[in-house]
Amino acid sequence: MNALLAADLPYWAQSLLRVLGGVVAVLLPAGTIVYLFLFKMMSFMQSRLGPMEAGPYGSMQLFAEVGKWLQKEDITPARADRVIFKIAPLVVLASTFLLVAVVPFGPDAWFTNFEAGVFYMLAVSSVSVLGILMAGWSSANKYSLLGGLRAAGQLIAYELPMVLAVIGVIIQAGTMNLQGIVLAQNGGEIFGWNGLGNPYILTQFTGFIIFMIAVQAELTQTPFDMPIAESELVSGYMTEYSGFRFLTFFIAEFATAGVFSLIASVLFLGGWGVPFAWFDWNSIDDVSDWMNVVGPLIMFTKMMGLAFVIMWVRFSYPRFREDQLQRFAWKVLIPVSLVNIMITAILKVAF
Amino acid sequence: MTSTESLIDRRQLAYIASQAADARLNVELETEGMTLNIGPQHPATHGTLRIIAHLDGEQVVWAEPSCGYMHRGYEKLTEVRTYPQVTSLVNRIDWLGSFANEVPFILAAEKLMGIEAPPRAQWIRTILFELSRIANVSLFLGDLGVQLGAVTPVFMAFRDREHVLNLIEGTTGGRFHPNFDRIGGLKDDLPAGFIDETRAVMKTLRNFCTEMEDLLFGNEIFQSRTRGIGVIPKDIAMQYGLSGANLRASGVDWDLRRDQSLPMAWDKVDWKVWTHPDGDSFARCWIRLQEVRESTLIVDQLLDNIPSGPVMAKVPRIIKVPEGEAWVSTENPLGEMGYYVVSKGDLGPFRTKIRSASFNNISIVPWILKGVYVPDIITILASLYFILGDIDR
Amino acid sequence: MSSTDTPIAEIPGDTLRERIVDDLRTHIGADLVDSLVKPGDDVWVRVSTDAWRRAGVALRDMGFEYFCFLSAIDWMPSPFGKGEDDPTAPPPERDDTVRQGYAGGATRMQVLARLVHPTLHVGVNIKCDVPDAEPVVESWVSVFAGANWHEREAHEMFGIGFAGHPDLRNMYLPTEFEGHPLRKDFPLLARMVKPWPGIVDVEPMPGGSADEEGDAE
Repeated sequence: MNALLAADLPYWAQSLLRVLGGVVAVLLPAGTIVYLFLFKMMSFMQSRLGPMEAGPYGSMQLFAEVGKWLQKEDITPARADRVIFKIAPLVVLASTFLLVAVVPFGPDAWFTNFEAGVFYMLAVSSVSVLGILMAGWSSANKYSLLGGLRAAGQLIAYELPMVLAVIGVIIQAGTMNLQGIVLAQNGGEIFGWNGLGNPYILTQFTGFIIFMIAVQAELTQTPFDMPIAESELVSGYMTEYSGFRFLTFFIAEFATAGVFSLIASVLFLGGWGVPFAWFDWNSIDDVSDWMNVVGPLIMFTKMMGLAFVIMWVRFSYPRFREDQLQRFAWKVLIPVSLVNIMITAILKVAF
Repeated sequence: MTSTESLIDRRQLAYIASQAADARLNVELETEGMTLNIGPQHPATHGTLRIIAHLDGEQVVWAEPSCGYMHRGYEKLTEVRTYPQVTSLVNRIDWLGSFANEVPFILAAEKLMGIEAPPRAQWIRTILFELSRIANVSLFLGDLGVQLGAVTPVFMAFRDREHVLNLIEGTTGGRFHPNFDRIGGLKDDLPAGFIDETRAVMKTLRNFCTEMEDLLFGNEIFQSRTRGIGVIPKDIAMQYGLSGANLRASGVDWDLRRDQSLPMAWDKVDWKVWTHPDGDSFARCWIRLQEVRESTLIVDQLLDNIPSGPVMAKVPRIIKVPEGEAWVSTENPLGEMGYYVVSKGDLGPFRTKIRSASFNNISIVPWILKGVYVPDIITILASLYFILGDIDR
Repeated sequence: MSSTDTPIAEIPGDTLRERIVDDLRTHIGADLVDSLVKPGDDVWVRVSTDAWRRAGVALRDMGFEYFCFLSAIDWMPSPFGKGEDDPTAPPPERDDTVRQGYAGGATRMQVLARLVHPTLHVGVNIKCDVPDAEPVVESWVSVFAGANWHEREAHEMFGIGFAGHPDLRNMYLPTEFEGHPLRKDFPLLARMVKPWPGIVDVEPMPGGSADEEGDAE
């Protein structure tokens, strides 16, 4: 996209297109996840129908919900820190937009081709913690404060296994560029057979599992939803939010689920690519332009698959207690991922 | 040392250690506690119970329940109503198992009058009693999931409880407040087709229990959240007058359906009282699950041979109860529900002491919440299983 | 009685319950003022006010470890009847003699508790008089921890003090509430301000025909 656009579009138009692309890349997964999984799949799992009235099979329900939230009054608690209270949801949503910036959707369809993409991705994913902490602290509500602090503790604890899980992939791919990781997977081969490329879910299966668990915790989805915990902290850091600002949190929650699924599919499932051997491509330059259209669709499919797993777990499990969660992170996930890195490094040198 | 004692010890040691650590920290950092108000409007209190918890971090230093947000003064109201009118009041004490509330009061009045319901009425009473237990406790099982963050079980519980409510409605005309029990018998006989339908529903409920066992009780997270949490030793449970599954989960073999001679049909069928030695949250929940299953079996057996005959004994049109005092309690879904009825030979009771199960069950909360974490408050409250109307009456 | 358990009811004359009374008498002696045994049903004992706590301890030591409830009874007939008087007419004459129930009594209010033996499955209803002048009895909190809330409730509803109770706060009512609602001289205001539509109860009973006359007053 960028290479194509760079030639014949003025800068403002490129910027506009990128912003639009970013909005689509964030909101489309969020909307689809909310409708398909939160509304429909959850309902089917719970032997009920879910929304049925708005549009065919309730497909317009999402717009009704958004309309409802937009109409509601934007309440700020009297003793809240007003400025921080108001910007906190935007900070959370901003981290989602920052994340999507490095995700490659096709050979040329990317927002920025960043050499240290993985590093950047891991860094900005923590920005949402800041927003959550701001929300929890500024709400002037004890439940929110507990929720915010829990979120901070939890997200910091799970940042580490996530980083360590990704290091295995980086060692194997030899690059921190997400585009490079996609190419390494699709151009790779398994013991000389290249019919599937080499998606890292096969070689880095442990890493994939740890990454998905960490993502689940990072997204504060059940079984790691203690910061929200409807039945004990009411809604944690979101308790005092209403109207548009609650909607922002809501969108951020599911958009981040989508973006993390995209990143997981880039890191472990081969991203936008198809195995290059199918079309006798050898490098990025050989890849046909139509992959810029098909690539995003492939990405979207993989993302929905991973988001399904995230939501499936969310609707099936009860939640941990905070100390159990920390124990799980520090005593199980981190040692296992360290061992995984070691083995990966040894094998990398050996082969 | 039994396993229960060692659990208690471990918890207390952990608590003392944490207190000591905090004391050291407090000297340096001057942290102060935080008072957290849980309720009266809070999802975990399903009703309007308020718990004032003084926290140190996420650990409870002390907690004190504050009730009365729903007190309706039933004991006073019974004094100005006639005996038949009281049943519609006591219906609303434990609103999930309403029929079970009527039975002990009616039995107390019958005891004072020296009459007994005809056998058919006794059997139908027992069936409806067990149905209301099933309706009540199956909802508890679903709600347990919600309290622990698993949203799916509650919908299954609502789905299957609906069948039981339909049965109750078909017989009594009321889904939640049947007001069906009369002094001397029942208002009506069973409707046509009740027996076959009930059999089918009981099968569904047994499937539901199995489903819950697989979905919730076998789950590692559920177990790690409930095992060893909120342990109530036997003697403490007795002192606080805990009853029902809470008492049986502490290893006390106690079931008023078996241990009392009441004009009901429980002694005519073969069933088992479940107990659990651990006394923790898991044990309480597990006992309830087993009891739902046991109740479906009781109903099935009762359906096999309902005696024929009238459902109403000969009682005078205007009921006057002779002077005297009577205590009757039954094993209700929540625990021991009893009425101490004092009659002065009048149309209505002179004084009724309503001994409701949740009042005693919740009175242990200040003791049990010491030193637990905030998330455990919710599991412990959920596993103690209270209904607000049953605390506040 | 279930066939699987100890058949208490089948003991002729109920020696078991009579033995309980005798046992208690050996523990607290003459402080056991009165007793009533209904064979196969229940047993009532009345102890003197001073021995209230001692009786609790004695019963606990006798194995009655299960605390069922604690409450009180106001034996004074209500001066308001059932609250169905015509407010315009002069108040009707009412018998206001205080008549106590089982196991007798001498005061207007009595404290009532029930303890149960967990293995024999026999309960004891234990009563004691509350002095009219100074309505205070000893607290059971140190004997049965569960008595705490019950005593708070009795304090709030009847105005009975419990000496030795750690914290006799109101459970249900606001702290500044005046009066004790379950005392008979506390009017049920809802009945005072508006006549209750349920005075006449005319549901036809399924057992009898519609025109059957009961033993109306």
